[in-house]
Amino acid sequence: MNAAGFPILSLLTFLPLVGAAAIMMVRGDEAVVASNARWTALWTSLITFVLSLVLWTQFDKSTADYQFVEHLSWMPEFGIAYMMGVDGISVLFVLLATLLTPLCILASWESVRSRVREYMIAFLVLETMMVGMFCALDFMLFYVFFEAVLIPMFLIIGIWGGARRVYASYKFFLYTLLGSVLMLLAIIALWYQAGTTSIPELAEFDIPFGMQVWLFLAFFASFAVKVPMWPVHTWLPDAHVEAPTAGSVILAGVLLKMGAYGFLRFSLPLLPEASLYFAPFIYTLSIVAVVYTSLVALAQQDMKKLIAYSSVAHMGIVTLGIFTFNQQGIEGALFTMLSHGIVSGALFLCVGVLYDREHTREIAHYGGVAKVMPAYALILMLFTMASVALPGTAGFPGEFLVILGAWSVNPWVAFGAALGMVLGAAYMLTLYRRVAFGKITRDSLRALLDVSPREVAIFSPLIALTLWMGIYPQSFLSFFSVTVSQMVQQHQAAIGSAAHLAGI
Amino acid sequence: MFVGAVFFPLLGATISGFLGRWIGDRAAMWTTVLCMVLAAICGSLSFWQVAMGGQPGTVTLFTWMDVGELEFAWALRYDTLSAIMVGMVTFISTLIHLYSIGYMSHDATPSRFFAYLSLFTFMMLMLVTADNLVQLFFGWEGVGLASYLLIGYWYEKESANAAAMKAFIVNRVGDIFFMLGMALTFLTFGSLDFDTIFAAAAGKVDASFLGVNSIELIGVLLFLGACGKSAQLGFHTWLPDAMEGPTPVSALIHAATMVTAGVFLMCRMSPIMEYAPVALSIVTIVGASTALFAATIGCVQNDIKRIIAYSTCSQLGYMFFAAGVGLYQTAMFHLFTHAFFKALLFLGAGSVIHAMSDEQDIRKMGGIWRKIPITYVVMWIGSLALAGIPLFAGYYSKDAILEGAFAAHSWVGNYAFICGVIAAFLTAFYSWRLLILTFHGKPRADHHTMEHLHESPAVMLIPLVLLAVGAAFAGMVFAPYFIGHEYEHFWNGAIFNLPAKHMMEAMHHVPEWVPMLVMTVAISGIVLAVILYGFLPAVPGRIAAAFPGIYRFLLNKWYFDELYARIFVEPAKRLAMRFWQIGDMRIIDGMPNGVASLAAGTARGVVRLQTGRVANYAFTMIIGLVVFVTLFLMGH
Repeated sequence: MNAAGFPILSLLTFLPLVGAAAIMMVRGDEAVVASNARWTALWTSLITFVLSLVLWTQFDKSTADYQFVEHLSWMPEFGIAYMMGVDGISVLFVLLATLLTPLCILASWESVRSRVREYMIAFLVLETMMVGMFCALDFMLFYVFFEAVLIPMFLIIGIWGGARRVYASYKFFLYTLLGSVLMLLAIIALWYQAGTTSIPELAEFDIPFGMQVWLFLAFFASFAVKVPMWPVHTWLPDAHVEAPTAGSVILAGVLLKMGAYGFLRFSLPLLPEASLYFAPFIYTLSIVAVVYTSLVALAQQDMKKLIAYSSVAHMGIVTLGIFTFNQQGIEGALFTMLSHGIVSGALFLCVGVLYDREHTREIAHYGGVAKVMPAYALILMLFTMASVALPGTAGFPGEFLVILGAWSVNPWVAFGAALGMVLGAAYMLTLYRRVAFGKITRDSLRALLDVSPREVAIFSPLIALTLWMGIYPQSFLSFFSVTVSQMVQQHQAAIGSAAHLAGI
Repeated sequence: MFVGAVFFPLLGATISGFLGRWIGDRAAMWTTVLCMVLAAICGSLSFWQVAMGGQPGTVTLFTWMDVGELEFAWALRYDTLSAIMVGMVTFISTLIHLYSIGYMSHDATPSRFFAYLSLFTFMMLMLVTADNLVQLFFGWEGVGLASYLLIGYWYEKESANAAAMKAFIVNRVGDIFFMLGMALTFLTFGSLDFDTIFAAAAGKVDASFLGVNSIELIGVLLFLGACGKSAQLGFHTWLPDAMEGPTPVSALIHAATMVTAGVFLMCRMSPIMEYAPVALSIVTIVGASTALFAATIGCVQNDIKRIIAYSTCSQLGYMFFAAGVGLYQTAMFHLFTHAFFKALLFLGAGSVIHAMSDEQDIRKMGGIWRKIPITYVVMWIGSLALAGIPLFAGYYSKDAILEGAFAAHSWVGNYAFICGVIAAFLTAFYSWRLLILTFHGKPRADHHTMEHLHESPAVMLIPLVLLAVGAAFAGMVFAPYFIGHEYEHFWNGAIFNLPAKHMMEAMHHVPEWVPMLVMTVAISGIVLAVILYGFLPAVPGRIAAAFPGIYRFLLNKWYFDELYARIFVEPAKRLAMRFWQIGDMRIIDGMPNGVASLAAGTARGVVRLQTGRVANYAFTMIIGLVVFVTLFLMGH
């Protein structure tokens, strides 16, 4: 139980599951069921979101300790417990997940027509798994949520996806599962050594360097696929292209953050020396991700694929920031994760708006949309600019801090990351130009309707957040600054003591 | 007052942009103009108080970021340097807004246009009043966005879209260096606040980074950033293409906002730059080369706006080499006077284009001066100021720059002086070529256009006349303050000059033949143009025919666009395609298939890797590169 004696985190985690159960109960003809399912899902996720705001207001920013901690023994003989809690690193991701879910449900309001009930159940289960994963303080518990996230996502892509959905969902599943198996082995090895799977206790535990290397590689296999890092990124464009709009939003908004979160939560604190040892490797992969995937994005003909590749490039910035091991780099990485969650989610929604009307994501199909959809053009422009990290939008603070942090580690790495500024501008502006600008050549486009009130309702919170994060990022940065600074100090201390021991 | 000068334009942009559809175009347009007038009043008062009254101030709004030791806020810093810019930008921008009411009267979505214009102004004001490098970068990128929107304003035109993208992306290339410059500044000084950096600069002279002097490297990186924004040699390609936007936009980009930002950055960073002699030499050389290079192109262009655009490029070169030899005050003075006559020339050109039914080619004009007398007179004044004829604004600043370059007594200074004098000759030449071809001689336009020839409405002429007054007198009135005997009091420490250099004094003590030479070349440029185009109109064509190579080289702008397309754009596109189709689709996705087929007992997967295709090897090389770079970095 936490200090207030109220298990808020468990409530947030399992409330969507309750909603899902309620939807399952609904009986009647199909239209009634669908309408019921939609409304129940919306209300459940909205209530969850409102409840999660408690975290925003009650979170104590002055300490790096875990807060709202809940502890129940689960398998005491194995040292495994049901333990939940959040610190500065995870708290905002919980909020991100609870914010995006209702928006996704709204976005699927009209576009999903078949098996609405199952779809809504899948989404609510997905929310449970996401929130649980960010709150879990026990490695075993984390693993359960981490893996369980795959299942509803797999179903969402596989059932409600596009033409090649089966291929995409299998690819998604196999790629991510392969890494997870290795992580499970690593967890077992850790447990074997330390006799516990509690994350706070593990953080105190010293692991010999030789073992750190193997554990790091095992974690890396799992997290790198999830991030995704080059060259294990190819599942992502396929998954995005085939997923329904809302699936893409969650995939880009929250699921991509799991890998980076894993690095921050486990690799860095538990395996400090191995992290340092492998840092150059990560830098190299990150820079290749930024440059290579940005170039690939430039060549795309499909809007969703283009944004998917841009996500890989942005995540390259994130992994780079994490492994700079300094305050600016890590905070920048965290901020980029958040802003990317909002901005790329919004960009996928923007694609969805056009897809709902024209049923194609071919860039060449469009052109001159700004003429008939001025409000839409404005919204798309804002998120395009946020994606290219224009100062004053959400994209900038993170990228800026990462480059600043990277420069003090290695200026060439910083230069590589900064190249993304130009390439990012190139592919996003090309996209914008070919979709929104130019003369309208197709008759069907002439009749397009501008964004509907429902769509405005979806976009407004994202627009507000994008500007808020750009103009006053401090209200987000302040959440993680204490935690990150403690993390950096501990990391340095661990490296220092290791060097000291080696010196003897 | 300080806040008002900056935020009234934003208010105008917001109202016009978001409410324009409800309140109607007329209301939207006049709202932005009203907001700009209020901003101009605030701006002028600020200028009076800060620069003339010597009372600088800073308004801190709220914290922007606070990460570890890095901390900075949104703030409006008003010292003489920013007060000059605020006063000038708000004044010129107001006139351009007013002019646009007439110019854009036939446009379909003027409220959008005015929203962009005001946004542009706001971003520039944020840039010049920044109290730290990051806010400066905010304005820096913000003007990039606004210029992108405005250049591509007529978004149904493919050429406008291409030009807009080019402007944004070329600027972004410069921004990489700005960003890295900031990173190094932070690493060196532990802060990005101007006051902290400036105070610590003298103590960090010996700091080094990767074996290079940190301050020098900061200077070079920031200068490269400035090159992007100010269209210096190598980064200039976007500026002439930016003509695709409506003419008032060109006036705004060239005179008040955008391109002057780079010069402003150099002056703002004078406390750093002064300790970076090598960086300053680079600034001087690039600036001087740009001044000359752009002037040569200006002589052969036929589009009235393009000629003026190259002249901006060239004049910016003057400002840069002035800063390069340590005469930041003079650079700012030229920036100030240039704003008046360049806005005047562009708006005048707009008036000509308007009168000629949207014709921009000067070969199709001629013989129209009687029909549009006011435009004709103001274009003369603008050209006189640009050529640096005594008593007009440009004379005071350009003369001072050339004298200063001479007085620097260094080889870079001499190089700048020589380039500057030749460029001054060419400037006078192409200005009068433009005047004569546009206004004199026999009418070359078709009958229909000539019949519709008309002087512009009052709402366009009033700004022209006001700017003409500025182009005529701004130099005379402000010279004593900017560069004359009152300069120390006027600048009030906003610009730092190394005490040992004495450039501000030295520039007034050059041999008498120097100013005489400057004046002579300007007048002979005019005379040559008048003879060639006024009296012997057949000769220029014959000259061009006699030297076809040189003529084509100049006409095609030294082939920079083609060069860049060949070495950057096309390879990038090709590489993108290869990476995607071969790297991602065939190799990375093919790997599992390859493994599968291996398991099935066929080695087809391996064979596929040895197809002899260059791209496959390129991909293998990347993998190798990853391994090597990793090993290399680990070795450190």
